[in-house]
Amino acid sequence: MMGLFENFFRAPPRKSAALAKERLQIIVAHERGSRRSSPDYLPTLKKELLEVVRKYVPIDQSQIKVHLDREGGYEILELNITLPDEEQRLSPPRQNGGAGV
Amino acid sequence: MATVIVVTSGKGGVGKTTTSASFATGLAQRGYRTVVIDFDVGLRNLDLIMGCERRVVYDFVNVINNEANLNQSLIRDKRVENLYILPASQTRDKDALTKEGVERILTELKQGFDYIVCDSPAGIERGALMALYFADEALVVTNPEVSSVRDSDRILGILASRSRRAEQGENPVKEHLVLARYAPERADRGDMLSVDDVLEILGIPLLGVIPESSTVLQSSNAGVPVILEDSSEAGAAYNDLVDRFLGKALPHRFTSIQKKGFLKRLFGGG
Repeated sequence: MMGLFENFFRAPPRKSAALAKERLQIIVAHERGSRRSSPDYLPTLKKELLEVVRKYVPIDQSQIKVHLDREGGYEILELNITLPDEEQRLSPPRQNGGAGV
Repeated sequence: MATVIVVTSGKGGVGKTTTSASFATGLAQRGYRTVVIDFDVGLRNLDLIMGCERRVVYDFVNVINNEANLNQSLIRDKRVENLYILPASQTRDKDALTKEGVERILTELKQGFDYIVCDSPAGIERGALMALYFADEALVVTNPEVSSVRDSDRILGILASRSRRAEQGENPVKEHLVLARYAPERADRGDMLSVDDVLEILGIPLLGVIPESSTVLQSSNAGVPVILEDSSEAGAAYNDLVDRFLGKALPHRFTSIQKKGFLKRLFGGG
């Protein structure tokens, strides 16, 4: 019922094509964004970074976060590595890095 | 060197096979040796649209599996010189299309043809990925409708990331928009996305606008590529499209309302 009322009193109905265009622009921009923010090399980059850090500190996959952002005209590569507690760090690095990839 | 062109869309039923058949026919009519390949393994239809369904003996998968050679499986079109059809297999499973197998056949075809047109299946599964993988250029067939436009954008993303050209860091696949089933009067009323709307969203060059036309169904009923019905609007639009592809600068037609003359209104047509 509400829908019926709203339709009745709404100021000049918007053309459906304009609505389609607006919805498409939003969803397409969103989907392109998620495509671009994770380029193909990101998983490999993450793996290699993990290997390098493991040479010095025992960490596993979940402790490294790689994120690529787009802002204005440039890209920001955000790298977040959570180092383990002091105690764990004092023990020798685990063989093969511990956690699976 | 032959050019490989994929006709793709993501969404089904937008006019890929119709476009493949007419585009390949148009290229051949203009003197280029052209082969059109149906990549829709399991659901072959290009043969029906081209009107050669009763002449299929061996298919694409037979050639990949070395059960037949290319000469045995290529069907020579009876109406247009220089035009050949390589039908899809109707029975085999989709895994039959291997990258190596497809590459081997395309390499062999490149020896004898100027243009290789790959008619992609709908979706983004193996058949569709194989159809676009080796492409130099792409005709992205889109209808002025939300799901089709969104799927086309998705396919453009795949062309840009998963084609051989993308993987090997070569020049990207050249993209062309084919806007099919367009109804200018509905777009004018604001009930349908306009040519400009779709262009603005997808952002790739427009190769042609194919108007919604009953001739498309009639010609598929008869197994005649609609481009051969050159008195129809759709046929004329495909002819323009092929000429534009080959470098002619033609203005776009059928994008605005055609004022019908008295006689035409009386007797119909178009």
